[in-house]
Amino acid sequence: MKAVNGGRGAGVEVRLEDLRRHYAGVSALNGLSLTLAPGELVALLGPSGCGKTTALRLVAGLEEANSGRVVFGGEDVTNLPANKREIGMVFQAYSLFPHMTAMQNVAFGLQLHKVGAAERRKRAADTLELVGLSAHANKFAHQLSGGQQQRVALARALAIQPKVLLLDEPLSALDAKVRSRLRDEIRRVQLEVGITTLFVTHDQEEALAIADRVGVMNAGRIEQLGPPVEVYSRPATPFVASFVGLTNRLAGMVRGGAVEVRGIRLPLVQPEAPEGPAVALVRPEAVTLTTDGQLASGPLVGIVIATAFLGATSRVTVDLGDVTVLAQLPTSEASALTAGTRVRLALRPDPVLIARDDAAAG
Amino acid sequence: MNRARRFRLGVFRVTVFLVMGAFFLIPIGAMVEFSTRGNSLTAPRTLQTWADIIKVPDLVQAITVSLELAAITSVGMLVLLLPTMVWVRLRLPGLTRIIEFICLLPLTVPAIALVVGMVPLYRWIKINVSDSILMLAFAYLVLVLPYTYRTLDAGLASIDLKTLSEAARSLGAGWGTVMLRVVVPNMSGAILNACLLSVALVLGEFTFANLLLYENLQVAILYQSFVSAGTSIAVAVAALLFAFVLLLILSFVGRPRARMARAEEA
Repeated sequence: MKAVNGGRGAGVEVRLEDLRRHYAGVSALNGLSLTLAPGELVALLGPSGCGKTTALRLVAGLEEANSGRVVFGGEDVTNLPANKREIGMVFQAYSLFPHMTAMQNVAFGLQLHKVGAAERRKRAADTLELVGLSAHANKFAHQLSGGQQQRVALARALAIQPKVLLLDEPLSALDAKVRSRLRDEIRRVQLEVGITTLFVTHDQEEALAIADRVGVMNAGRIEQLGPPVEVYSRPATPFVASFVGLTNRLAGMVRGGAVEVRGIRLPLVQPEAPEGPAVALVRPEAVTLTTDGQLASGPLVGIVIATAFLGATSRVTVDLGDVTVLAQLPTSEASALTAGTRVRLALRPDPVLIARDDAAAG
Repeated sequence: MNRARRFRLGVFRVTVFLVMGAFFLIPIGAMVEFSTRGNSLTAPRTLQTWADIIKVPDLVQAITVSLELAAITSVGMLVLLLPTMVWVRLRLPGLTRIIEFICLLPLTVPAIALVVGMVPLYRWIKINVSDSILMLAFAYLVLVLPYTYRTLDAGLASIDLKTLSEAARSLGAGWGTVMLRVVVPNMSGAILNACLLSVALVLGEFTFANLLLYENLQVAILYQSFVSAGTSIAVAVAALLFAFVLLLILSFVGRPRARMARAEEA
């Protein structure tokens, strides 16, 4: 699909340097630094109010930073207004111009970039084809479904061959099925065009599925930046552990480089942690349940209180008396575990993270 | 809904329609009747007063002036109000209340008070700038503010201004392009309605022009009534018809896009 991104080829490096932004004394962004490699897709993930949208708007030029720099491919764009930055942006709200057809929407930016009429038509048609909407080129926004509108918005953003693609929760207004399809579509198009992309979302599944690297944000800064697998399986902070994926919080005792939880020793992510009481953060998929054998009362024997069917896997809630534990199991195993069943718990000895301060784990 | 109820509702509607129609049409009918009377009670009906319209001195000029004022006021209102309202909505939402208050203020001030307040200003303009009647457009701009503000505000509220303007900016549009190619086309209905209101208000305006000693259409009609009551009534009816036709034409010229979009939807 060279035609769409023309001569530009691979994307450019995008650098955010120590960006700070505060509103009326409340700080929204607290010194954010991030470098996106050419053609890379980085997702900023975090709860609402963590500063991820502010970061995106600073890169877009729709808001001004109080300090810090934004650099596209070596060029400092910090002081350029949004319309001079050569960005493509897809918004959370439907943003197609209602008085134009899909084709006219896509061609609008090209016209502003002084592309000739014939070339304009060709590139708009090519870009619509890239997102699979050639058949709907002459429809108005109100004649398109939500997913189609967002795809036209993506085509419109890409048609002007921007240096950076900025996606501001483009999927959150869509229903679940369309969402996952469009998510994969966005990734396919992004890889095809090779454009450097910053993607902002509060949906961890989305971020993990689509990104080359995920930056988990909290209170205006990035807590952890890394490939999805790393962020999920080796969370750097208790906040990341509890925000990305579900986490059981089990009381334990740190001793000799491991944490002892209900009689089981689990290795630590940071073995140098000081000894003493702590809370171990255990993933539901590290918890297994058995019903056979010795089921006399003990620290690891409990009663199933609920089973949630999630498709291929199920989530089982077990009451251990003093605490409830979530276990994620293949549905085939979980189907026997109806409410009231006595089960024995086992913990897979994956390295775990510990928290000492409840507030920090938010 | 049962038949009896539907019937009662139908009767009610027809009654309202007839009463309202009578309210508007009887005075106009009476004017037509009066303007076609002969010189005495027994004289036959005549269109002489209507034929005399063309002999009314300065009438054409008064009409021209009123139309010019209507056009200038409409354009001035849009140029002044629309960018201000867009800017306030996007950048200074805290000022919304103040702008609204200022725009609605002329509604609460009696016309005579406005004029008295404006007299010194107009005396100064007449002496130092120009004594053209078109200067009156500034006064009319104030007069139409409350009506047009409401209309444009409703139009702006009906579009996602923030997202649309940000989308256009990200595609390389400056603020002028955002206004002309994104905001205006998407609230053409509200803009047209605001213009219709301005035109209607300006064409029917008498107090400002008369008290500031200018001669627009309404003032010309008054002067004519001193000369010939019959002719002045004929002119008044003609002016009503003229305004009616003008507004009708404007509303049809301005609508094709909206109609097209609706047809597409169907």
